[in-house]
Amino acid sequence: MSRPTLAVWKFASCDGCQLTILDCEDELLEIAAALDIRMFLEAGPSELLDHYDISLVEGSITTAHDAERIVDVRNRSGLLVTIGACATAGGVQALRNTADVAEYCTTVYARPDWIETLATSTPIAEHVKVDHELRGCPVSKRELVDTITALLAGRRLPITSHSVCVECTAAGNHCLLVADGTACLGPVTHAGCGALCPGLQRGCFGCFGPSEAANLDALHAAWTAAGISDDALHRALRTFNVAAPEFRDAAARLTSSST
Amino acid sequence: MTHEHRARRFGVEALTRVEGEGGLIVEVHEGELVDVRLRIFEPPRFFEGFLVGRDYTEPVDITARICGICPVAYQMSACHALEAVCEVEVDDALRALRHLLYCGEWIESHVLHIHLLHAPDFLGYANGIALAADHRAEVERGLRLKKLGNRIVEVVGGRAVHPVNVKVGGFYSTPSVAAMQDLADELRQGLEAAVDIARWVSTFPMPDHEMPEGTVLVSLRHPTEYPILGERLVSTTGLDISADEYLDHFTEEHVEHSTALHGRMLAGGDYLVGPLARFVLNADRLAPQAASLAAEFGLTPAERNPFKSIIVRAIETVHACEVALGIVEGYSPPARTAVPVTPRAGAGCGWSEAPRGLLWHRYELDDAGRVVSAHIVPPTSQNQPSIEHDLAHLIEHSLHLDDAALEALCEQAVRNYDPCISCATHFLDMRVVRS
Repeated sequence: MSRPTLAVWKFASCDGCQLTILDCEDELLEIAAALDIRMFLEAGPSELLDHYDISLVEGSITTAHDAERIVDVRNRSGLLVTIGACATAGGVQALRNTADVAEYCTTVYARPDWIETLATSTPIAEHVKVDHELRGCPVSKRELVDTITALLAGRRLPITSHSVCVECTAAGNHCLLVADGTACLGPVTHAGCGALCPGLQRGCFGCFGPSEAANLDALHAAWTAAGISDDALHRALRTFNVAAPEFRDAAARLTSSST
Repeated sequence: MTHEHRARRFGVEALTRVEGEGGLIVEVHEGELVDVRLRIFEPPRFFEGFLVGRDYTEPVDITARICGICPVAYQMSACHALEAVCEVEVDDALRALRHLLYCGEWIESHVLHIHLLHAPDFLGYANGIALAADHRAEVERGLRLKKLGNRIVEVVGGRAVHPVNVKVGGFYSTPSVAAMQDLADELRQGLEAAVDIARWVSTFPMPDHEMPEGTVLVSLRHPTEYPILGERLVSTTGLDISADEYLDHFTEEHVEHSTALHGRMLAGGDYLVGPLARFVLNADRLAPQAASLAAEFGLTPAERNPFKSIIVRAIETVHACEVALGIVEGYSPPARTAVPVTPRAGAGCGWSEAPRGLLWHRYELDDAGRVVSAHIVPPTSQNQPSIEHDLAHLIEHSLHLDDAALEALCEQAVRNYDPCISCATHFLDMRVVRS
């Protein structure tokens, strides 16, 4: 049986999620043997094929050119899996979606007229069909390896829907929000990190984006009860998954209620 | 993406094994080099724009997302700058943990670059996977050391990519003694592996080349340490300045072919940051085994062959292992996990040496601790003009090569600088146009 062909594509991003592939040091050479990696610019392979069995896509769409390129990638791909907060939710660069991009251009560049950019940063699924999503800023190495293994074995892809709270409880951590009044997004954040921050005495800050059925109103009430300002919640929701609908809408509700 | 000229053109579609997206255009007219441009077309992400209005606690996590390869560098430079604004200094024990965290990133980043990105050029392979087919033991040794670098970042920072445990003033938690003892055991083996790797890299065939005469090298400098967390900036032209004085001597220009700004010295000319510059200006600060390896390889501060950057990276990896081992062996949990920080209105600058070179941050805060302005100068944008000049110099002496050989040499030369285009924005497909 021939090995499935793999492509790794990059759009607007920090490279951290594709680096996570190279960070699978124990599995890397096995993965490279089990898969036929044909496109992965950061690692070297750069063969443009008509078809790849699996495409991993990092990054968000922020230019007209990239909006065309993702359609081309989709057309060349069997399964398309998005990796990380940029690809699944637009990333931190989606903060531009509620700002004035022309002003940003002027802040950063002397000649804004040389810069080609869209007014928005959007997730891959707003442009093409996505077969599977891996959340996180960055993705979890374990989820990445599990997904690649499942794809190779033809197993059903692992899907989690619970929140960081569930992982945190399983880890036996005491609740930072209830016990200490620490700002924590754990109740509304998608699982996957293993409740990393609460384990380090830090409130969750939402790297994995909203969990399924996230109850943002209940979170708002809990933060208020803990004496945390609406402004703090507004900023917390507006980071790496700012354009994920649940976080975006909750942040918008906070803005409109305060004005 | 290619423009139609009547000129003869050839090239590879994508210059690979760099972090980010960009391209290289080389124009040759009647046997004379006309132009070299490093095109950077990574889409801009406007970090300096959306940092405005954020709380002073937030740039540490937000700027980490500029680069997944060197997030610790962003976190450290951001902490240094914000602590300068707030007029706090961290305890020695916390500074040592930061130094350890940074050593982890240096090890991870350097070993990745040496094995998977750059060694294939020297040994004649298409990429690290092809290299591993013939040199499996060496690549596995590298991956083990890379893993140890990540392990250090995980123990101190909580996560390898975008650590979660760093904050202005220190950390959220500090590592347990047991975790540090495990690291010590791994680091003793890791140090041996790093020495073996350096000896292996020192045997690579080195193209005979020197950077253009007059190239200014710039690095941080510390009274006693190799300058990972350096204090002053020094140069081969005798500059010796503080972070606050950076903009009095350096500037950035916006050029049309790049979404990364180009660094320039206000006194005129371009400059180079990174491993070779650090070594040239700080060889006397290397840890003992790293220093003796440099002597064994005949590397001195007079070295100007950028291809030898890969050897310097390997020596710096040994240094990082030695420093990390020293910190881990002398560890006892700090009295507190962070020093208290009260925001105040004002401006402050901070820097550190990312694996690829100097990373400078400046923030201005209002009296509520909100960011009024942010300014970040990453290493690759500082190096971009120097890379172009070095390539021009290299190509002028290599025009006798056929197209394929010239392109391969240029790509190898670009990788000497380990350009991080995610940092500078992003990078590479290469074209040579001969007319």
